[in-house]
Amino acid sequence: MNRMNGPDGRKGPHPMPGTWITTRAWLLMLPLLVVMIAVIGWPLVDTVRLSFTDAKLVGTAGGFVALDNYAKLLGGASFQRALITTTWFAVVSVAAEMVLGVLAALLLNQQFRGRTALRALMILPWALPTVVNATLWRLIYNPEYGALNAALTQLGLIDSYRSWLGEPGSALTALIVADCWKNFPLVALIALAALQAVPRDITAAALVDGAGPFNRFRYVIMPYLAGPLLVALVLRTIEAFKVFDIIWVMTRGGPANSTRTLSILVYQEAFSFQRAGSGASLALIVTLLVTLLAVAYAALLRKAAGAS
Amino acid sequence: MERQNPLFTAFVYLSALLLAIIILAPLAWLFVMSISSAADLSAKPLNWWPDEIDLSRYRALLSTIENSAGAAFVASLLNSLKVAGMATLAAVAVAIPAAWAVSRTPTVSWSLYAVIATYMLPPVALAVPLYMGLAYLGLLNSVFGLALVYLTILAPFTTWLLKSGFDSIPREIESAAMIDGARLDQILRLLTLPLAAPVMATSALFAFLLAWDEFFYALLFTSDLRAKTLTVAIADLAGGRVSDYGLIATAGVLAALPPVLIGLVMQRALISGLTSGGVKG
Repeated sequence: MNRMNGPDGRKGPHPMPGTWITTRAWLLMLPLLVVMIAVIGWPLVDTVRLSFTDAKLVGTAGGFVALDNYAKLLGGASFQRALITTTWFAVVSVAAEMVLGVLAALLLNQQFRGRTALRALMILPWALPTVVNATLWRLIYNPEYGALNAALTQLGLIDSYRSWLGEPGSALTALIVADCWKNFPLVALIALAALQAVPRDITAAALVDGAGPFNRFRYVIMPYLAGPLLVALVLRTIEAFKVFDIIWVMTRGGPANSTRTLSILVYQEAFSFQRAGSGASLALIVTLLVTLLAVAYAALLRKAAGAS
Repeated sequence: MERQNPLFTAFVYLSALLLAIIILAPLAWLFVMSISSAADLSAKPLNWWPDEIDLSRYRALLSTIENSAGAAFVASLLNSLKVAGMATLAAVAVAIPAAWAVSRTPTVSWSLYAVIATYMLPPVALAVPLYMGLAYLGLLNSVFGLALVYLTILAPFTTWLLKSGFDSIPREIESAAMIDGARLDQILRLLTLPLAAPVMATSALFAFLLAWDEFFYALLFTSDLRAKTLTVAIADLAGGRVSDYGLIATAGVLAALPPVLIGLVMQRALISGLTSGGVKG
């Protein structure tokens, strides 16, 4: 490094050594670093330490038990079932959000009256707090007075009211619908911004060349959509894998643990049963899975960036 | 051309109508529930529009009579405002210098990736030690303690947003002022920060909405009116034995109002903020 260069590599009348620039940057970052170490770094390290102990949440500090927590969890049925439930929730809800989001974006990219207003509406589900969304859908699914039962009965689609969230067969699907409704508009807005970056003359040229709707989407529009959609896919999958709020408010993991995802399981282990050590090791397994997802996606993103 | 095809036009309008219904129907129903009487809501077949508009629950929830449902609701509303406000201020305060430094100093830009990586951490990975730490400091069930915990989410997030904001301000302006003999603090105070004001406002707004929405930590670390936030209060209502669904809906409408209004008014800024990460990638 040229020690006499300024911040942008040019020699100015006030030459500043590169080491001072770097030191100054670290000084400016110091408050953030202190905060991050206090509220993220230290707790993370302590979670690792706790995961090797049988500590309780309150009272006993616990003794060292090596890998016992991990062995018990990984071999246990509740972890395996929660992993499957979480994966199913994440895959189905994110896939549905992507498809619905792209379809809505393709629609909003057309010229029609009321388009601006409709685009403004898309911000509403995103802005609605997650807990309010969960509460709203819990009321809609209500087995005795819910709007879904009323609507389906009045349309003649079902004979009697059902307990959508009370049946193990339908609870997870009902949750996925509620989650999709809140999150597909965000995917739509991201996809719409990408669609608007497609140059008009390229689509016009493809049309003149006789490309059908499918080929135009696949070869003309998709290259513009792929990058932004992949980023949305990464963020949404990671969010969906960590899901807690909507499930806690709507079903608390029930009925019969049919909607118990990994985050719910951690909550129960560490806070309901107060097993801090075992809860910490479960939390770290979840963290590891999320990290693996993120790394896999990062590789995918890099490959996509290289291809285009 | 496809656009002139009347069938295609009809298809576009029908789809637009369907999309509008999908988005609006659940929200409209939340509002209708909040103004319907309990009898209307439990009628079979269901009354989709109340015979008489009933605003009593809005009055009940916004009343401050002691020990009423309203007092509890208003207290949780104030707690949410306090926690989100404090956490946002603190996050922006530590994020501004850090984001500027990362934006202007290529040698430390790698540290931003470490900051962003923490944003992916599931909250459960930090929850147990944070609980024990707050208990040790006597900060469980306190708005201050919860605001501190919210920095785990807000600090990396605002730093990331502000960094891309500073990136869009040409550094040549700063270099020019430096050549003219301005000191760094003068440059930042008089030049960069005023230019970055819109980005800082958007980032603060995003951070506030994120804190307003937060539920997991609030559920764990608060237990009564001294610190319980709105999200926890609503979850309590929804999960409890409240027989009046209209009251739950009203609490939902009131909690949703601030972020929804912010969302509608700030639409343009929010959409560009939401999509910039996706489009640049």
